[in-house]
Amino acid sequence: MAESRFVYVIYIRTTPEKLWQALIDPEFTRKYWGDTWQVSEWKVGSSWKIMMPGGQVADVGEILEIEPGRKLVLTWRNEFRPDLKEDGPSRLTYEIQAHGDAARLTVIHESETPLSRLIQAVSLGWPAILSSLKTLLETGAALEMTQSWKQPQGS
Amino acid sequence: MDGDDDKVFRALADPARRLLLDRLHAESGQTSGRLCEGLGMSRQAVAKHLKVLEEAGLVVPLRRGREKLHHLNPAPIQEIADRWIGKFERGRMRALADLKAELEGESDG
Repeated sequence: MAESRFVYVIYIRTTPEKLWQALIDPEFTRKYWGDTWQVSEWKVGSSWKIMMPGGQVADVGEILEIEPGRKLVLTWRNEFRPDLKEDGPSRLTYEIQAHGDAARLTVIHESETPLSRLIQAVSLGWPAILSSLKTLLETGAALEMTQSWKQPQGS
Repeated sequence: MDGDDDKVFRALADPARRLLLDRLHAESGQTSGRLCEGLGMSRQAVAKHLKVLEEAGLVVPLRRGREKLHHLNPAPIQEIADRWIGKFERGRMRALADLKAELEGESDG
């Protein structure tokens, strides 16, 4: 296998519209995504970045595909860890499908770099973030562990 | 996904399927052909097991180019862990938060 890929599929008792909002709305992401938020015009070709609580840029990229409530594809390059930045750009895909009283979210984070350290690092972060997102949407409160910023493991 | 817990447990109840999950954990994104290598299982048997794992949400197939790559999805197992392990942690945190609120409330008054 030449590339690296993280895949996660989660069912959340919510609507695709609310889930979409939760994935991109700064007020929302700060609650479950380590107090970070994303800045973008959310149009194909526009830039995209994740901001850390201190105001530094965590990751940068460009929107490749956007279909509100259904699909988002963007490039993602780490900015704050030189070892991860070296890996070059990766690609993140969100796909949302209605599934009964729930929404099915597929997250694919992939890189053409074999054994990408960036993909290894995000693979440690995504499960907690997505589990917290689910808990927040279903119960109104995010998981304690993802409410504040923590330096990812291995750094 | 509460109704699908049964599917997850049934899928995990088979040693051959757990072996396939172990292989995907070691290297996610494999074709069924590659998963067959050195397993002593027929292609048909592997395909059948993969189908059960897919229906339980434990394996996600993705098309990349001409290949169908199988990936491990950690979400269902994480949900099982959260249900029986994570809840204890959350309960303890809530108890601490309540205690904090109570103590701080007292100092205010």
